[in-house]
Amino acid sequence: MTTISAEAAPAVTTSTLDLAGVSRWYGNVVAVNDVSMRLGPGVTGLLGPNGAGKTTLLHMMAGFLAPSRGAVTLDGEPTWRNPSVYRRLGLVSEREAVHTFLTAYEFVLASAKLHRLPDPAAAARRAIALVELEGAQDRRIGTYSKGMRQRARVAAALVHDPQVLLLDEPFNGMDPRQRLHMMTLLHSLGDAGRTILFSSHILEEVEQVSGTVQVMVAGRLAASGDFRTIRRLMTNRPHVFAVRSTDDRALAVALMAEPSVTGVELARTGLTVRAGDYGAFTRALPKVALAHGIRVRRLLPEDESLESVFSYLLEG
Amino acid sequence: MSTVTWITARGLFGRRRFLMLLPLPAVLVALAVLCWSLGVAPADWGPPVLVGLGLAVVLPVLALVVGTGVLGAEIDDGTVVHVLTKPLPRWQIVLPKLAVATGVSAATVAVPIFVAGMLADSVRLGGALAAASALGALAYSALFLAMSLLTRRPVLLGLVYVLIWEGLLGRFVSGTRVLSIQQWVIALADRSAPTDLLSTTVSVPVAVVLTALVAIGFTALAVDRLRSFSIAGETS
Repeated sequence: MTTISAEAAPAVTTSTLDLAGVSRWYGNVVAVNDVSMRLGPGVTGLLGPNGAGKTTLLHMMAGFLAPSRGAVTLDGEPTWRNPSVYRRLGLVSEREAVHTFLTAYEFVLASAKLHRLPDPAAAARRAIALVELEGAQDRRIGTYSKGMRQRARVAAALVHDPQVLLLDEPFNGMDPRQRLHMMTLLHSLGDAGRTILFSSHILEEVEQVSGTVQVMVAGRLAASGDFRTIRRLMTNRPHVFAVRSTDDRALAVALMAEPSVTGVELARTGLTVRAGDYGAFTRALPKVALAHGIRVRRLLPEDESLESVFSYLLEG
Repeated sequence: MSTVTWITARGLFGRRRFLMLLPLPAVLVALAVLCWSLGVAPADWGPPVLVGLGLAVVLPVLALVVGTGVLGAEIDDGTVVHVLTKPLPRWQIVLPKLAVATGVSAATVAVPIFVAGMLADSVRLGGALAAASALGALAYSALFLAMSLLTRRPVLLGLVYVLIWEGLLGRFVSGTRVLSIQQWVIALADRSAPTDLLSTTVSVPVAVVLTALVAIGFTALAVDRLRSFSIAGETS
């Protein structure tokens, strides 16, 4: 793997993307609800489950959707109906849309020419080298794998060395090596003073790339700030388990005495147990059951999906 | 050649559906040659071949497929985003695309209609038909290009205009002919090479003014629509 050097393309100035009370609705459906954030230099992850409104928000940032309410500005200029912002902004959309009849070099060169760069050929070569696509640059994009197409798109979005780069689910379809390379690239761009925002519904991706996250749930900004703080909130939230046993009532009484258990509900279908500490509860349950001669028939963690984690954050 | 023109042309010629259009002009030439070689009187075959096939079908259908293709196909497959994320005033995207659409439609129609007109009457009629068709191609292209930004089904809407408005209503309700690009083309060709083979109720000044209005108006509309281009339907 070649080393990616941020010095190759120093960012002289920095840009700030501002969202002030931004909402977007489609008829009665609210896709984005009163989101305010300020994105400065560095890498920011936009995290949220599918359908949270991440793409809608990204499209508004990139000037491809008018906010129903509020304003999106790049260094004070609105992004909507203002093509001049693309001098400083690059977008890699989620949809895999490329001119398949062009080679990667032609595709990136066309981008460079459309940007009216002084030396489009050199800019295209630099961008292609940045995403490590030199070996395949003269093949038609139609023959590429999904990950290679994605890199060609990233190269096209980076060709004018934008201060702001927005990427919608950039790691989709990439193999681990390509993923690592993309993460390193985003890091180096962020370290060089560029404002990088990428969306993802996968916690680990965000964890590896960005220190700062914006968490979206159901169109709202649920949390924002340092990743570790948010991660702690996620880990320390109460866990819910569905338990069935040979004697639910006796088990409920016994579990109430456990320090790791914060609540027990008894229903005809079984027990719903809330535990403050995931590990302590799962270790304690077999012991308690054994001590009372109860056989546990089923133990199901109820809310381990990413969505429930996000919902918890939203409630918090 | 501008980069937008280059990408548009490569995209257009790279699509198979463009090849499917070549038989239409070929049929026009073949029919004209057949009638001429069999010695059929031009008064009998001229109007159905020149107007009925050439101006009422070949010209609008070619312009429809090409005009909705230059931008509409890029909107459909999402590649338009690559051109739109550039700091270009939107007219610098619309005008090259309109030029490609008009040029390709005009060239593809002008040659067969010239041959057919020449065989039916004279080189002068052939030239008049070719020139008027080129102007018609401009008006149609501007209309269909704008349509691809106004609706998600530009081909369907374009067909409704061509078949229902120009074809059906134009034949039976004479008032609708004033707003028919086909009739303007006939009026312009008839003015340059007066012949009994062409007839219309639309006057030449009306045809000139309306052709210009449609070409300019719909181009301006397309530029404005492209300025507010939204990516819709993806809310994940």
